[in-house]
Amino acid sequence: MTGMAPAFPAIRKALPQIGALAVVLLANWLVFPGFFDIRLQDGRLFGSVVDVFVRGAPVALLALGMTLVIATKGIDLSVGAVMAIAGAVAASMTNAGHGLPLTILAAIGVGLVCGLWNGMLVALLRIQPIVATLILMVAGRGIAQLITEGQIITFVDPALIFLAGGSFLSIPMPVVLVILMFVLTLLLVRATALGLMIEAIGVNLLSSAYSGVNTKVVLIAVYGWAGICAAVAGLVVAADIHGADANNAGLWLELDAILASVIGGTSLLGGRFNITLALLGALIIQAMNTGILLSGFRPEFNLVVKALVVLAVLLFQSPQLMGMLRVTFRRAPK
Amino acid sequence: MKIHTLLAGAAFAALVGLSTAAVAADKLTVGFSQVGSESGWRAAETKVAKSEAEKRGVTLKISDAQQKQENQIKAIRSFIAQGVDAIFVAPVVATGWDSVLAEAKDAKIPVFLLDRDIDSKDKSLYMASVTSDQVEEGRIDGRWLVKQTNGKCNVVELQGTVGSSPAISRKKGFEEAIAGSPGVKIIRSQSGDFTRSGGKQVMESFIKAENGGKNICAVYSHNDDMAIGAIQAIKEAGLKPGKDILVLAIDGVPDFFKAMSEGEANATVELSPDMAGPALDALIAYKKDGTMPPKWIKTKSTIFFPDTAKAEYERRKSLY
Repeated sequence: MTGMAPAFPAIRKALPQIGALAVVLLANWLVFPGFFDIRLQDGRLFGSVVDVFVRGAPVALLALGMTLVIATKGIDLSVGAVMAIAGAVAASMTNAGHGLPLTILAAIGVGLVCGLWNGMLVALLRIQPIVATLILMVAGRGIAQLITEGQIITFVDPALIFLAGGSFLSIPMPVVLVILMFVLTLLLVRATALGLMIEAIGVNLLSSAYSGVNTKVVLIAVYGWAGICAAVAGLVVAADIHGADANNAGLWLELDAILASVIGGTSLLGGRFNITLALLGALIIQAMNTGILLSGFRPEFNLVVKALVVLAVLLFQSPQLMGMLRVTFRRAPK
Repeated sequence: MKIHTLLAGAAFAALVGLSTAAVAADKLTVGFSQVGSESGWRAAETKVAKSEAEKRGVTLKISDAQQKQENQIKAIRSFIAQGVDAIFVAPVVATGWDSVLAEAKDAKIPVFLLDRDIDSKDKSLYMASVTSDQVEEGRIDGRWLVKQTNGKCNVVELQGTVGSSPAISRKKGFEEAIAGSPGVKIIRSQSGDFTRSGGKQVMESFIKAENGGKNICAVYSHNDDMAIGAIQAIKEAGLKPGKDILVLAIDGVPDFFKAMSEGEANATVELSPDMAGPALDALIAYKKDGTMPPKWIKTKSTIFFPDTAKAEYERRKSLY
């Protein structure tokens, strides 16, 4: 019993997200009774609920980095374009005959460089994050197109394809990568003082600098980490379609990543973040997408349904609205 | 009014006479304002335009607008200033062309629209538009499927971007073609946004929703890229694309021919990248004896099958 006590507030805090996910999954099960059916296909878990995790992986990966960036009161609009660049680099490298380790290293290295660039614009030149990262959002897709020359570069290297199509202990690789990156991120920010510094910067940059936090280094590192997360997401997406599609890879996914962070309760004003809940946010978004596809609705409704669900989840997190409801319900029984 | 018409007619006759003389004297120069090179198909269109012009002894000046209308308008103005014999435009958007095309008309330079149409009340602003019949493309796929399956097939449809004109037209054409066969039904239809990953994700959900794909006899995709994604989804579900589920699409990109040659896809209707060829033919005929081309020059929509896929793939590889 005593062991339960510290965990209880955390679960209580996560209630809106867990509730929303449960409701969306339940709705999926209602429109498609086979939703929770799982079987093994070629040694890999296979089913609609597995799709939610696999298809949600790119946004989940982006959300890991995005949440930290948002916690510093920043935002990174370039992650979608960085995905495209990383995918293009990986496809070119593997087609040039390089092995998997070098290919992955190059893709992640490019992602890191992109992230550091953003970080330097924000931390050293003091450009507003939304403007600083907008530069790479626009130019980055152009860079990716230059690498691919506007074509979709396809590859057949089974090692690279394994990153999306393979599995480890029957768990699809994209999910394995998310877990890996999640644990890594969690260790970085919660096993060290880094998380505290990030929150301090988000609350007040100047006063954290005065209290001895090296704000420049922390900021650059956070944007660099977002770049790395985006590169891993880019690898997964490219491996998934066996090709680098510079025009479409990661297109608008930065917005889904921001949404996942916000659904996860991270404040856009900075200073407060929770990467576990951001992952739940990514799952809620994807559960919705998968549900819409299974429902057989006409595609014209896709975005409307999505908007309504997101609105509902965010309303549930509004302290004002919840307070009003509580008051109304207390009065009602009289 | 009458005098105006007469004058215009006389001017027109004089122009025809003059330009006929010009053809005899030296070769034609055509300015081509291309959208950009955003896709493999677009790059192929530019390449084919160059070779078709060379074949006919026409000098082709190409200007790449990098997806910007203002660049296209600048290019058209500079072509007018250079006094080219004709202007080809692949318009990036449908509106906003009236004033610059009126300038070309005043300069008596015929304009041909390639691949896309424009929204303009004044159809005299251009001589002809060369585009494919996207409804017909859908019809061809639909007819083939009806014949191939003896009028009995559950089809899932991968739509293009919601609201885009190819998605609307290709859906319409396919539905027309299968309307006479009650056994051929579209059981599911969703948008895959014309992308490979979109097609793959939508197909995955279709397979799960339709009894592990056992209810699906064919997938009809509004473009080849989505179909390539769908093929991967079918394979990952442990089914054989091209056999367990027929795959038919539209566009004719090299990767789809590759899939056909490997037996994983069944048919594609080519969206010909040769838009300049028919325009050049119309221009040459007009310059020779004043033959007015039809307002809409339809490019041929040809359906391709696995038997010729390998050769077609080799032929296209260098083009794209």
